[in-house]
Amino acid sequence: MKDEVTREERVDNLKGMGCSRKRVEDARFTQGKGNYVDDVKLDGMLFGDFVRSPYAHARIKNIDTAAALEVPGVLAVLTAADLEPLGLHWMPTLAGDKQMVLADGKVLFQGQEVAFVVAEDRYAAADGIELVEVEYEELEVIVDPFKSLESDVVLREDTVDENGKATDGAHGPRKHPNHIFTWNAGDKEPTEEVIANAEIVAEESMYYHRTHPCPLETCGCVASMDKVNGKLTLWGTFQAPHAIRTIVSLISGLEEHNIRVISPDIGGGFGNKVGAYPGYVCSVVASIVTGKPVKWIEDRMDNLMTTAFARDYWMKGKISATPEGKITGLHCHVTADHGGFDACADPTKFPAGFMNICTGSYDIPTAYLEVDGVYTNKAPGGVSYRCSFRVTEAVYFIERMIEVLAIKLDMDAAELRRINFIKKEQFPYTAALGWEYDSGDYHTAWDKALKAVDYDGLRAEQAQRVEDFKAGKTRKLMGIGLSFFTEIVGAGPVKNCDILGLGMFDSCEIRIHPTGSAIARLGTISQGQGHATTFAQILASEIGLPADSITIEEGDTDTAPYGLGTYGSRSTPVAGAATAMAGRKIRAKAQMIAAYLLEVHDDDVEFDVDRFVVKGAPEKFKTMKEIAFAAYNQAIPGIEPGLEAVSYYDPPNMTYPFGAYVCVMDVDVDTGVVDIRRFYALDDCGTRINPMIIEGQVHGGLTEALAVALGQEIAYDDMGNCKTGTLMDFFLPTAWEVPNYETDFTVTPSPHHPIGAKGVGESPHVGGVPCFSNAVQDAFRPFGNTHTNMPHDHWRIWKTANDLGLHG
Amino acid sequence: MSNKQHYKITVNGKQEEFLAEPRELLIYTLRERLNITGPHIGCETSHCGACTVTIDGKSVKACTMFVAQADGKDVTTIEGIGGPDDLHPLQNAFKEHHGLQCGYCTPGMITRATKLLEENPNPTEEEIRFGMAGNICRCTGYQNIVKSIQAAAAEMSAAKEAAE
Amino acid sequence: MIPASFEYYRPKDMADVLTILEEHGDDARVMAGGHSLIPMMKLRMADVPHLIDLQDVGGMSAIDITSDSIRIGALVTQADIIDNAELARVAPILKEAALQIADPQVRYMGTVGGNVANGDPGNDMPGLMQCLNAVFTVVGADGERDIPARDFYEAAYMTAREDEEVLTHVTVPKPMGGYAYEKQKRKIGDYATAAAAVQIIKNGGTCASVSIAMTNLSDTPIYSEAAGAALVGTTVDDAALGAAVAAMLGDIDPSEDNRGPVAFKNHVAGVILRRAIERAWSRA
Repeated sequence: MKDEVTREERVDNLKGMGCSRKRVEDARFTQGKGNYVDDVKLDGMLFGDFVRSPYAHARIKNIDTAAALEVPGVLAVLTAADLEPLGLHWMPTLAGDKQMVLADGKVLFQGQEVAFVVAEDRYAAADGIELVEVEYEELEVIVDPFKSLESDVVLREDTVDENGKATDGAHGPRKHPNHIFTWNAGDKEPTEEVIANAEIVAEESMYYHRTHPCPLETCGCVASMDKVNGKLTLWGTFQAPHAIRTIVSLISGLEEHNIRVISPDIGGGFGNKVGAYPGYVCSVVASIVTGKPVKWIEDRMDNLMTTAFARDYWMKGKISATPEGKITGLHCHVTADHGGFDACADPTKFPAGFMNICTGSYDIPTAYLEVDGVYTNKAPGGVSYRCSFRVTEAVYFIERMIEVLAIKLDMDAAELRRINFIKKEQFPYTAALGWEYDSGDYHTAWDKALKAVDYDGLRAEQAQRVEDFKAGKTRKLMGIGLSFFTEIVGAGPVKNCDILGLGMFDSCEIRIHPTGSAIARLGTISQGQGHATTFAQILASEIGLPADSITIEEGDTDTAPYGLGTYGSRSTPVAGAATAMAGRKIRAKAQMIAAYLLEVHDDDVEFDVDRFVVKGAPEKFKTMKEIAFAAYNQAIPGIEPGLEAVSYYDPPNMTYPFGAYVCVMDVDVDTGVVDIRRFYALDDCGTRINPMIIEGQVHGGLTEALAVALGQEIAYDDMGNCKTGTLMDFFLPTAWEVPNYETDFTVTPSPHHPIGAKGVGESPHVGGVPCFSNAVQDAFRPFGNTHTNMPHDHWRIWKTANDLGLHG
Repeated sequence: MSNKQHYKITVNGKQEEFLAEPRELLIYTLRERLNITGPHIGCETSHCGACTVTIDGKSVKACTMFVAQADGKDVTTIEGIGGPDDLHPLQNAFKEHHGLQCGYCTPGMITRATKLLEENPNPTEEEIRFGMAGNICRCTGYQNIVKSIQAAAAEMSAAKEAAE
Repeated sequence: MIPASFEYYRPKDMADVLTILEEHGDDARVMAGGHSLIPMMKLRMADVPHLIDLQDVGGMSAIDITSDSIRIGALVTQADIIDNAELARVAPILKEAALQIADPQVRYMGTVGGNVANGDPGNDMPGLMQCLNAVFTVVGADGERDIPARDFYEAAYMTAREDEEVLTHVTVPKPMGGYAYEKQKRKIGDYATAAAAVQIIKNGGTCASVSIAMTNLSDTPIYSEAAGAALVGTTVDDAALGAAVAAMLGDIDPSEDNRGPVAFKNHVAGVILRRAIERAWSRA
């Protein structure tokens, strides 16, 4: 049969990779028909919520629940004493530590969960909480990690033996009861020697302040124990539903086949929803005890004050170079403040995540990194907020150190970067701290970026502005922020990446229906990244069925193949690869079916967009739709009926997206107000699956970067009181505070990824924060600034100007 | 000791009558009593705007109103703005221009945008950003939300002109 | 997030309001738009066993403009202020300030009465009303009385209004000359880091009279007579501006908070005032 449709039209009809396919999720979200955890309603459902400690460090002398139990509708009040017989008063963290579910004798941070009130409705639960009487004995509070390592105050009684001597932690011996781990990478002596003997050394201390992912939807769950069938169903805000299922099984004793975890629609994750929280455990226990479903949805204050924070890294850097600017060595020490419990979500062998990407985009021959984790009286954590594990910290560190070095050398920071970039020919490149970068073409990207913004013109304009400022003609300085980041995402190879022993592979299972549509299920879970749209595009290109005919499902552990979830930009690198591989298995079987139908040998047909064609005889073909039906209809010797495939993909390596960002900013030295005049972002995420979605990810990541760099912080006073626990003070920019972004790209595919894609969701955040920060710092460079800590909110910018004598 | 009262509220054109405590926040009345789960809760300090509805022609954060105050009023939520058979141009535009990602802010965002376009049918970009500053989004960075609203405004203006 | 239980009243006239207030004393509070009170109740930081909703009480929702004054009902919302074309003509500073308060949704509900009556030092209208030399009318069991805005604020959340009185109207003498409401804030929706309200009359190139009030730089709004005095009779040149700022700094007493330390707030207060005066002067 002659085909009226052109090949190009056939490609377009698939809406496969590379096109800006509109999202299938949008129909329900724009009509208010999303299904988030708090939308889940079950018959007889109860509500649970917490009594929380007002103190950052205190012993619990007594808990009196009598008055609370009198409130009509209140059914139970759980304390650690109730959880202890079940062994659930503590739970393991993802970092090899353990965390109190309910306060066991003492509290370690303000807002810590002390008791769980279960009631018939939210209002009764809230009234009950007010009436639980807790007697506290306040203890000395430690909020400074350096003081913590010298203090006589032992925060965690489980870190000392009966003689008061520090025990071993999960990663080795402790230096002090409040010390958690020391982790290092690289070559200590050679690096120290190079730096000691170098002609040029720049040193700087910097603090990456504590902040919080703050997705618009807070954390929550609905736990429903079916006592008749002995099965627990748990809906929740889980970025890793299968891992949660395994954890719940391990701590509850219920077998995994009797636990069904469902991540429904999730209103943003950004890392906040990776780990397990006391609310989940208490809801499960309450459901088992009462025999009814129990819902827990936290408030925003609970979310900001007690769920996993991000960052809180004190970093000290030394960078050595030749007088011409070639970097010869890098030394980094980090003091990592983990709060009351190390609830970091990291692969087990990496308690400091991938901080060892901190040589960045530069060819540095020798480097050494050492990280000390410390306990303090703050919320436990931390997680990687819109980044791969600790990559924001690593990239901020190196992108600041390069600026500091540029100042030391009195060199242009763009040029200093260029002469130190890893060259294209050097890929795959093994960095001094251990990672093998897959591919990159940094010089092309950098040149493209600098040209797009007319970099030389900007520097000329800036120089004029400095003159004008000194002449009293203006009170606004101009900053040019630069950032060239290399991210490490797609965790990861099972041989070195696991979460609680679960290898960080991911999966895709596809089933083709007789009439040519399909369903594919993945081990990941979208929280807004558009997987239902983009993974169908991957499949459409791989198997030749239209994306509009492919349903993508995630999040139900009863049906989805096992995966480690979505965070750290791992979905495209790992599950995306599994999707392509499963698609290729489908295609391989389809090829055999096509050959059978066309009565030729398997090797005599080839795949073309949406069909198999006889080589040399293009008028003889079978479409994938026809092949699908044949799979259910034909008795083919040696081939089973049906058409499905599954792939569990163990990536051979991480992937390394990169980017070049430039920010132009005007800074009012008197008010500290900044105006972001321009932001140019060039991203290279390898193969681009859906340009529209990539652009959206870049806009979003840059906006979260703006927030973090310019004011978003979790701050404490000396008594451990959280000063930024509501959206009054925790800076979330509105549409008014955010500029328009210019996005651009280059494409350097990943050589080891089946479709060459690297992932992009977090790159803009990772590269954006140092870009905004560098813009502020650059504005003050002509007046003597080398480094000022973030956040660069109004008063801190004012203070920078004041300290530099700019207020006359 | 519950002091439930009798309330009548019109929601998306339908009159609802029920007994409730005066302290019940309107957002819970909608979400839990009436099963209208489009408007969402994102904070408890009236900042985020995820709960935005339209009441008697005003954009209101439903988390900052007691059901008692809403007695006798006319409430419109995202569900009343458009559905599968009659999508509002804004609902179409948000999809066309990628004005949403996780979808959590979207009901409040679109509900507020419908009112914004009534206040100002041809807003500039600046007016859109200012007029939408009561709705926080964590995913999109707002740029495509602005684009979506501009597109819807253009479409609605054109349709109005065509009708005249 | 869940407030405590309360008795709710929605009276139809002021007499009923006053009766309830008399009966329950400081266990009763009136509520207009609720956007100051309800968040406090949700956090259980305000305990209100008896809540009186004023929305059905008549006579407080109008903006009456006469030849020499503007009478604004306590239930007039910020949105009403912004949308009133005549008001924008005769007293444009009101619209300029209202646009800088909160966000669009809050402005639909937030009222002038709510903004001036509770003594929250962060609110914008109190300082503005002091600048305009407004008079607040409060009504109680003993009848009506007028309190000048400049005498109304005693300390944070403490005003000259008694617990059993209700603020019903704000009367503003028609302002003359140039105007400006200048406010620095961290983002839309935030209270002021520093704000200044200025009305200034120019006569033959010099300042004939001026009125200056500062917001969120003390535990009450600050009407700075001294800052005004430093400008009167001058050409509002750089020296005069400097003197006005110095005088104003003597009157404010900012505290350190998340917006910044005292030194910063003082500096910004000066910058904001200077800009406000310059802008007002350019319109005079």
